[in-house]
Amino acid sequence: MTIAPAEGGFARALDLVTRVRGVRGAMLVSGDDGLVVAEQLMEGIKGPAVAALAASVARRLGRAMETAGVGVTLFWHLQGERGALLVVPAPSGLLVVAVAEPEVNVGLVRLELLRAAEGVG
Amino acid sequence: MLDEIKTLSSQLAQDPDSLVFLRLGELLRRKGQLEAAHRVALTGLERHPHLADAHDLYARVLADKRDYERAFDEWDMALRIAPSHVGALKGLAFLYFTVGDLAQAAAHLEAARRAAPDEPGIVQALAAVRGDAPATAAAPTSEEVAPVAPAPTAAPVPPAAAPLEEARVFAGLEGAEEGLLLLDPSGRVLGGGLKDPKGRDVTDAVAAYLAGVSQEAARTAKLLDFGAWTGVAAEGTIGHVHLTPPTGNALLLVVRDRSVPMGRLAILAQRAAVAARHWLERQ
Repeated sequence: MTIAPAEGGFARALDLVTRVRGVRGAMLVSGDDGLVVAEQLMEGIKGPAVAALAASVARRLGRAMETAGVGVTLFWHLQGERGALLVVPAPSGLLVVAVAEPEVNVGLVRLELLRAAEGVG
Repeated sequence: MLDEIKTLSSQLAQDPDSLVFLRLGELLRRKGQLEAAHRVALTGLERHPHLADAHDLYARVLADKRDYERAFDEWDMALRIAPSHVGALKGLAFLYFTVGDLAQAAAHLEAARRAAPDEPGIVQALAAVRGDAPATAAAPTSEEVAPVAPAPTAAPVPPAAAPLEEARVFAGLEGAEEGLLLLDPSGRVLGGGLKDPKGRDVTDAVAAYLAGVSQEAARTAKLLDFGAWTGVAAEGTIGHVHLTPPTGNALLLVVRDRSVPMGRLAILAQRAAVAARHWLERQ
């Protein structure tokens, strides 16, 4: 699997996310191996490294949540002092990932991530 | 004020979709007519669910009624709709102040100052929270935020700072033995416990899966130049979880079913984190 600029359906899915104000980029990441499938990131964001870590956190979190009895992960959101990483797992096993400013409208990004996940599902 | 209330009530009766409910609800709240203010705010919110000011008004009424958890949810919702909403930022600062999380209170006041640099009350509040001014001026409780709510005359003691049983990290907190978990970086359980919806103890299994998450979250935040990570909120099909680092390398997990909104879960996590920090300091 190689990193590809977003094309076709993937591009449309990522467009949904990146058009939200405050979003600095979006990626589709393979949930199994953490590789970038498609990306639309601002310059300077280390896509492959972030993708690998996001996939790893998603796996651990997903297993923990299922074991705790809270069901399948629909959405998760890493909050930092100067930014946020927002992730929705798609039914296909891909992760739809957004990198955003701290003031981003989280509810809106969540909605667009869910729509994008349906699109790539 | 009475005349204005009558006039606004009349206008609202003629046009229930009008935004005059914002002014009317605020006047009633300031007059101490909290039940009437509550009705006006809630009805307005039902008609305008995407209006940040409506959530802000409802949150103020709830704060006056000391229903701080629901007030948190409403201010949180206002910020999701309008991330720079000054009223919501000040409101959340007030709530964080009341639970003793001065860092979060200051952060929200800073954000409010950026959004409204000319508002002197915010600067005063910020100075008070940072200890640059007398605590009596602790303005997260300022007139604009929650004038009817009792203003603390000194920095309030966070609930979690009450004496704890030595052996129990989360003594006195809701869900201490079934929905709160404190872990070290290797996934070792330091306190709390978890049960699944069937009542089975899943503490150790969940802890094992979460080993290393704190470091990975920190690495992700560093890679993205986010500064320190402050939390991971996750939504599941049956429940919600919130992870937060109470200290540099420990990890706190809060689990609740879906009836508990994410915003409320965040404030539960903040309270538990304060308790965890106190407990860790004692160890």
